[in-house]
Amino acid sequence: MAPLSAPLEVGFDYTRSLGPVLGRFMTGLRDRRIEGVRGSDGRVHVPPVEYDPATAQPLSEFVAVADEGTVESWSWMPAPLEGQPLAHPFAWALVRLDGADTAMLHAVDAGSPDRMRTGMQVRVRWTPEPVGSIRDIACFEPLEGPAPPRPDPSGGEPVTMVTTPVHLHYEHSASEEESRYLRGLAEGRLLGQRCPECGKVYIPPRGACPTDGVPTSEEVELPDRGIVTTFCIVNVPFLGQRIQPPYVAAYVLLDGADIAFLHLVLGCAADEVRMGMRVEAVWKPREEWGTTVANIDHFRPTGEPDAPFESFAEHL
Amino acid sequence: MAGQLAAVLGTGQTRHTSRRLDVSMAGLCREAIDRAMADAGTEWADIDAVVLGKAPDLFEGVMMPELMLADAIGATGKPLLRVHTAGSVGGSTAVVAASLVQAGVHRRVLAVAFEKQSESNAMWALSIAPPFTMPVGAGAGGYFAPHVRSYIRRSGAPEHVGAMVAVKDRRNGARNAYAHLRQPDITLESVQASTMLWDPIRYDETCPSSDGACAVVIGDEAAAESVDRPAWILATTMRTEPTTFAGRDQVNPRAGRDAAAALWADAGISDPMAEVDVAEIYVPFSWFEPMWLENLGFAAEGDGWRVTEAGDTAMDGRLPVNPSGGVLCSNPIGASGLLRFAEAAMQVMGRAGDHQVDGARTALGHAYGGGSQFFAMWVVGATKPGAKP
Amino acid sequence: MNTDIAVVGFAQAPQVHRTSGTTNGVEMLVPVFQELFATTGLSRREIGFWCSGSSDYLAGRAFSFVSAVDAIGAFPPIIESHVESDGAWALYEAWVKIRTGEVDTALVYGFGKSSAGELRRVLALQLDPYAVAPLWPDSVSIAALQARVGLDRGLWSEKEMAEVAARSRADGAANPHAQLGGAVDVAALLEEPYLADPLRAHDCAPVTDGAAAVVLAAGDRARELCERPAWISGIEHRVDSPVLGARDLGRSTSAAAAAAAAGIDGVTVAELHAPFTSQELLLRRELGLSDAVRINPSGGPLCGNPMFATGLTRIGEAAARVMDGTAERVLAHATVGPALQQNLVCVMEGRS
Repeated sequence: MAPLSAPLEVGFDYTRSLGPVLGRFMTGLRDRRIEGVRGSDGRVHVPPVEYDPATAQPLSEFVAVADEGTVESWSWMPAPLEGQPLAHPFAWALVRLDGADTAMLHAVDAGSPDRMRTGMQVRVRWTPEPVGSIRDIACFEPLEGPAPPRPDPSGGEPVTMVTTPVHLHYEHSASEEESRYLRGLAEGRLLGQRCPECGKVYIPPRGACPTDGVPTSEEVELPDRGIVTTFCIVNVPFLGQRIQPPYVAAYVLLDGADIAFLHLVLGCAADEVRMGMRVEAVWKPREEWGTTVANIDHFRPTGEPDAPFESFAEHL
Repeated sequence: MAGQLAAVLGTGQTRHTSRRLDVSMAGLCREAIDRAMADAGTEWADIDAVVLGKAPDLFEGVMMPELMLADAIGATGKPLLRVHTAGSVGGSTAVVAASLVQAGVHRRVLAVAFEKQSESNAMWALSIAPPFTMPVGAGAGGYFAPHVRSYIRRSGAPEHVGAMVAVKDRRNGARNAYAHLRQPDITLESVQASTMLWDPIRYDETCPSSDGACAVVIGDEAAAESVDRPAWILATTMRTEPTTFAGRDQVNPRAGRDAAAALWADAGISDPMAEVDVAEIYVPFSWFEPMWLENLGFAAEGDGWRVTEAGDTAMDGRLPVNPSGGVLCSNPIGASGLLRFAEAAMQVMGRAGDHQVDGARTALGHAYGGGSQFFAMWVVGATKPGAKP
Repeated sequence: MNTDIAVVGFAQAPQVHRTSGTTNGVEMLVPVFQELFATTGLSRREIGFWCSGSSDYLAGRAFSFVSAVDAIGAFPPIIESHVESDGAWALYEAWVKIRTGEVDTALVYGFGKSSAGELRRVLALQLDPYAVAPLWPDSVSIAALQARVGLDRGLWSEKEMAEVAARSRADGAANPHAQLGGAVDVAALLEEPYLADPLRAHDCAPVTDGAAAVVLAAGDRARELCERPAWISGIEHRVDSPVLGARDLGRSTSAAAAAAAAGIDGVTVAELHAPFTSQELLLRRELGLSDAVRINPSGGPLCGNPMFATGLTRIGEAAARVMDGTAERVLAHATVGPALQQNLVCVMEGRS
């Protein structure tokens, strides 16, 4: 059977402080003007760079440039990807604005690659509602016909921050060994595996025993009870948290296993949880089971006597 | 020590704070670099290579940010190495930079490390739960708190030791102009009254989330002899073990013990408590001071808390630990290790300002990362190896 | 100090479009390490230093490299480091470590599961995060802009690009690890539609999952472990400005500088880390490789591009020509970053 896999979404809206050079550039874009910076060699860089590419010196001499320029190179994007400037086919281009010496990368809305050529003239198409971001330039367009009326500058406080959403999509795979364990969980079974070299029982089993570098192999079914080795009480809420605090995150060592795993302990007051406390799994209703250890809703105290410290000291 | 002699010629760091909104990532790095270059009396033309360290790229949402920073960190046209060894990365960055000189490859190397945590949220980045797992993780504090509990249980340490470390480090930080948290009036009672975040770790016993950068210039023997009071690198070491395995000692990990043993041997130190004058140890949660004192061999197993409780790690103690205030006062994660290494150098260079330990001639810089599994350390000294003290 | 350092072993995982394995690379690395231990006779306990290259953004989570250490069996603890870059730079760090004299062997590995995410979009995050990355320019489009510069300037033609693809595919057919290989007709390739004008599918490396590992050793240790070590006579790397508009995209200043510093005269084989046909043509010009130099006999990245192991694979493939006695002096090149921003050149030779 193929290993299990599932989507993993990684998304965050990053908040970037700009500093004086980029801040001035973004403020300019918000106000629908474009400013570059003069480098140590006299070249005017657009977008401005904070430090000179040749000398690493900080740069601060701003130079206003036009919102029209020349395509220095281009490529065609027939099927735009998520997040790109245009949703229909467009050209990527390096555009050197009039008054600048270096080219900026942006999109050209040309309709068809037949309308693109190196050396062609293009101009900025401004977005209707600029915020102080490179995306205030919606794209460039071929310089044909009269220029559209320039929207009024919006003005306002200097721009010091930009927000950059970064949203990526992954397919996360479990290892073959972990997949056996996860499929076991879907049947309410806890399947560990023994390392062929050191003989230790791992749950979840491993693609490589961390001390021997070989996959664990011989299957060992474990009971759904064991002890708490150590734990903490999580009182702090945080972004992305899926369990309401306070909760006890505990290392649970199943009887017969040689390694503990982290899970929830409920069923008693948080401050009654102890190192060495005997616990057992509380499973969710069977119809809610999937290939996940979350089938075990939590562990709860069994009421049996605590395990002596010496019996689990080597698991701390 | 293997290879050619190497020394720290100069150090620099930013004022660390929760949000450095006045600078870009490049500007943040450059602030530390410009200070280090000035401290070392070095020009860009003197720098042969640049090593950049930082923690996960997801913190800033930039993949391999050394690439986009190449101009700002003066690497364009030069060799540029990016190191990433989790929380120990700042220390590893210094070790790699030192090795470039010790190997005879370069004469002067710039090491820089940074983190701009305000670009995102570290708790989010560290708690992304992949499918199939149980979402009980709660960032670094949630990870380390159970092991702190194990330490307390194993050593029998009294509860106030953690709070004592917090008071000491925060008061030390008040003497450090670059520190993020500066709390001269903090008391044992106020720490103990602070919120219990990840029981047994209280709010005041945890590191802040900081924006910051650190840089050091490392040079060869000739370069070191051309500057006033370099910090000679007496030994460096790195060790790694897996995050989890059956029977792993998470309180006193063997990788740290092995690294320390190798470090002291290479530096010619037989009794670290007697021979080391000051230590900058990576303590993001206060209880890690006694834990690492044992791991590093400054105290016998189970006795680290006694050293702390006796006041031996205070500014005027036998072994001042974290006179800068340490990670408990400033934690730009990727830079935190390099800060420990730089602060150790500053002490033996006599340039630690208001948090200078009088007469410091031998100092430890220490960093760890991952699940207490990656270790990087160095010992620096005021005296050139082989020279008469 | 150790000044004589050689590659004494190389192994790689099959280059495939999609493995069923995890993003931490363990499944790919375990057999690769076993193969290296078998061919060199070393045990894992004898490795003086371990160093790896990989990327969190390829895996989609922070600290993804940490679990890869499990493949080593890293207890008792090891001396180890990691670069968030291609494994070729991990090899450079290991070479430095051996030079210091602290260790006399190192095992270097790189791995990547490119298929886990959307590689073209993921690589946009290497661009300037303020004025460029928010537009999400994908890696193929950036390479296409570079290809156009060379076409416009007459540095190469679409036909020459297709010839590179055809030669690579033919060589890939003889490489049991390669993802792609076979006979293709240049005229037919030029009839194919553009993927990102002026690039067609054959101009672009495939999306590949894979891993590679190399063993380095110093002096007599190298001679013990390998009959014909590939001695490193020069290894250098340089980086260019990240500002695409400030660079001449028809050139690669950093590759040329690294080659000049490494000393590449007399090489007869070159393994070039060129994920696009135009980049191979650019690199051949920039390094001054004559037509007599055999380029990418392995099939190169156009037949298999395991991100973060591709550059290390070039070093391994080039070294293999020395170790098997089919070449005397070889060159390997590695790159990371948009439009060949950062480049490494490693020159190796046999010595009697």
